[in-house]
Amino acid sequence: MADQPLLTADDVHLSFGETRALQGASLHVYGGEVLALMGPSGSGKSTLLHCLAGILTPESGSIRYGDRDMATMSDSDRSTLRRGEFGFVFQFGQLVPELTCQENVALPLRLAGAGRREAHRQAASWLDRLEVPDVAAKRPGQVSGGQGQRVAVARALVTRPKVIFADEPTGALDSLNGELVMKLFIAAAKETGAAVVLVTHEPRVAAYSDREAVVRDGRVREQEPAR
Amino acid sequence: MSVSFALLGLLESGPRHGYDLKRSYDEAFGRDRALHYGQVYSTMARLLKNGLVEVESEPGDGPDRKRYAITDAGITDVAEWISRPEQPEPYLQSTLYTKVVLALMTGRDATEVLDTQRAEHLRLMRALTKRKNDGDLADELICDHALFHLEADLRWLELTAARLDRLAAQVRP
Ligand SMILES: Nc1ncnc2c1ncn2[C@@H]1O[C@H](COP(=O)(O)OP(=O)(O)O)[C@@H](O)[C@H]1O
Ligand SMILES: [Mg+2]
Repeated sequence: MADQPLLTADDVHLSFGETRALQGASLHVYGGEVLALMGPSGSGKSTLLHCLAGILTPESGSIRYGDRDMATMSDSDRSTLRRGEFGFVFQFGQLVPELTCQENVALPLRLAGAGRREAHRQAASWLDRLEVPDVAAKRPGQVSGGQGQRVAVARALVTRPKVIFADEPTGALDSLNGELVMKLFIAAAKETGAAVVLVTHEPRVAAYSDREAVVRDGRVREQEPAR
Repeated sequence: MSVSFALLGLLESGPRHGYDLKRSYDEAFGRDRALHYGQVYSTMARLLKNGLVEVESEPGDGPDRKRYAITDAGITDVAEWISRPEQPEPYLQSTLYTKVVLALMTGRDATEVLDTQRAEHLRLMRALTKRKNDGDLADELICDHALFHLEADLRWLELTAARLDRLAAQVRP
């Protein structure tokens, strides 16, 4: 594991009106690791994830990607970073319903300027890798929850991001499908060397991580990385 | 206990030598803990005495000359054992609960107790998950059984962490 963290949250505070969602949250994410963010519902896990991903901006404290402070980056630099280096998997509803599954996976590549043929070829190969080649021509509404999540994982991985943010990626699935998604997801992430920040309240899902951090009342208790 | 029923049950598919029986047991049930030969022979001796198996001897001598066969009484015993539900374990004397309460009573950090335990549980769950994903279906089922139990512990642990203040108010003198 690299000694320098890839992503760092330092003493981050963020409130929604009266609700103090983060109150001094600090966390390190190292290259290639799978880090589970655990903790009770409402403790601030998703908020922290969104801060790390540059989607939300903290009121105080800092988020650094490598040695760059996200707060000092322009909006367009931040969104370039998100598109180029980050991938996202959510609980559900992340696929574009009008596009086929293959088009959904190809979309990030198309947005990054890849030609249609090449984007579709890579999308097909990722659908293969996640063992859902047969859903390529179907729309998200025509596939099962577990298949849809595997398509979402393929879409997150297709640009070979440095970090994948996954917020309860198996939250809407039964145990068997959830396990399959996790197994394929983590194997593929390890293969590409992507770090994964995995929000989950399910211990069996967290068991796919290399290490865990527990969020409680907007603060983080982080387990030391193994050396 | 279940080892003797398992050995007895394995004999239902046909008579076997002691070493054969041990090998079948280890393959089907002995993942982490292979049987000792001694245990097989002492179990067989007891089953023999109780009339649940009988011995078919082959010419020559030594323990490996013996083939064990299940008797009708043995088959009845296996059937009865399989159909009898296991006593659910109530775990009402949890060591962890005791530690948490004592930590609160003595002004120590109970959250730390729970956090340390969570880390330990997750460490084991990671190892089981890896083993399950590298193994065959039998590995998967055995590891899942352990994983679901560990997960139940962790759920209790999270709920307890969320109720520590209330518990503290109750147990502090
Ligand atoms: N957009 C929002 N508007 C208002 N309150 C929010 C918003 N997002 C989160 N919160 C509140 O912030 C706290 C932390 O939320 P969240 O980070 O979603 O927790 P978790 O993901 O751990 O369940 C909660 O009390 C939640 O209700
Ligand atoms: Mg959340």
